[in-house]
Amino acid sequence: MKVTVHVWRQKNASAAGKFVTYPMDDISPDMSFLEMLDVLNDRLEERGEEPVAFESDCREGICGNCSMVINGTPHGPMRNTTACQLHMRSFSDGEDIYIEPWRAKAFPPIKDLVVDRGALDRVIQAGGYISVRTGSAQDANALPIPKLDVDLAMDAATCIGCGACVAACPNSSAMLFTAAKISHLGLLPQGQTERMERVRNMVRQHDDELFGSCTNYGECQDACPKGISINFIGHLNRDFLKANFLKVKNPRREVESQ
Amino acid sequence: MNVSCEFYRSSVGKKVVVALTGAVLFLFVVGHMLGNLKTFMGMDPSGVHHLDMYAHFLREFMAEAMGHGNFLWLTRVVLLGCLLLHVVTVAQLQARSSEARPVKYKKQTLRASSVAARTMWYGGMLVFLFIVLHLGHLTLGSLHSDFVEGEVYRNVYIAFQNPLIVIGYFIAMCVLGFHLYHGVWSFFQTLGLDTPDRNCALRLVAKVASFVIVVGFLSVPLSLSLGLLPPPVGM
Repeated sequence: MKVTVHVWRQKNASAAGKFVTYPMDDISPDMSFLEMLDVLNDRLEERGEEPVAFESDCREGICGNCSMVINGTPHGPMRNTTACQLHMRSFSDGEDIYIEPWRAKAFPPIKDLVVDRGALDRVIQAGGYISVRTGSAQDANALPIPKLDVDLAMDAATCIGCGACVAACPNSSAMLFTAAKISHLGLLPQGQTERMERVRNMVRQHDDELFGSCTNYGECQDACPKGISINFIGHLNRDFLKANFLKVKNPRREVESQ
Repeated sequence: MNVSCEFYRSSVGKKVVVALTGAVLFLFVVGHMLGNLKTFMGMDPSGVHHLDMYAHFLREFMAEAMGHGNFLWLTRVVLLGCLLLHVVTVAQLQARSSEARPVKYKKQTLRASSVAARTMWYGGMLVFLFIVLHLGHLTLGSLHSDFVEGEVYRNVYIAFQNPLIVIGYFIAMCVLGFHLYHGVWSFFQTLGLDTPDRNCALRLVAKVASFVIVVGFLSVPLSLSLGLLPPPVGM
């Protein structure tokens, strides 16, 4: 099949970027999207041109590296998949394909399609940890957890931190990411110790990274390759309210005598 | 104090403020719509329109405890405060979000968001503009061609004989309906009250509430302009 790809080329963070058009003939519909880019890069190298910089690692949808907006949708038109799981058969013969990096102030560009997603790491650092007893391992199932809680926590924990939620959000908000990270710990007994300070710290970090604010569009849920629900943003909002207004009063202070 | 400062500084806290002030304004809109339906109740045996009596009642409500018109003014001050807080907070959030994507996409396909959600900001500005014009038109009367204070039925009757004004109100109410449709559901989502189990019901509540409010509001100008209601006494 034949496609025309328009790729965002940007030398570095300070250079201005632009779209460059590459006609691609004899592309197999069974190629993955990244393989198509590999073919493009081989040809660019043969011609002595700079290959297109893009991130990829696992190429099986679990690492969250292949961040690119394809025809206006993060990870391309297929739902619940990453760009590496997308195949060229999802496109029609002769189609124009626009490939852009994640665009957000919080994700400064590095080169071409590669952006710095360190902001997401810093959101995790702000509260994505738990206090556990170290030493010898606990017996399996020593801590009974209701099945529904486990499943919900697992749904949130499927977040691979790719940043598609930010890329898809018209506000460039990372609320779905932050909510998933907060919920997968906050839903489990091991995550209770820091639960309230976690939500406050992670929301503060989210805001400090200059992500936009959520207006309940729901674009993030639609673009998420793991299909994470905006229900978790509701969890975050609930925990945030509790953390701010239902603070535990100090039960250790003196009781006034009469 | 520290808690509320940190709360209001955060994007989530601001959203909660928008939701709560929006809820107050929503309740006002419901009350206003129900009050407007007094237009259809016709006249008292003494020859006074029920709508005029209702307007009088609003001024006299709690008059013994608070003095003439003071309860109305208290309500106005609370509503104005909520409106300003709603608008200012949204403006802050909007400023933050519009700065969050300095380079726009060449192509962006929005697949999930509703028209109502996408037009909240511009629709909200139109609603604000409408509120200002509407206050000038039917509260202060300065934008009215022939305004007599206290004769509410007469004022609305005259106002809605002009088809342009009816069209203007029609557009404004449709915009308000879209704003409320997303706003009502967003209220629950923002306060964390939305869950997958309740989602269907909450979306229905938003749909029904916004539809009923729009129809309720529009029933008055439409019936007046279509001649379904009698002219005021002496006209």
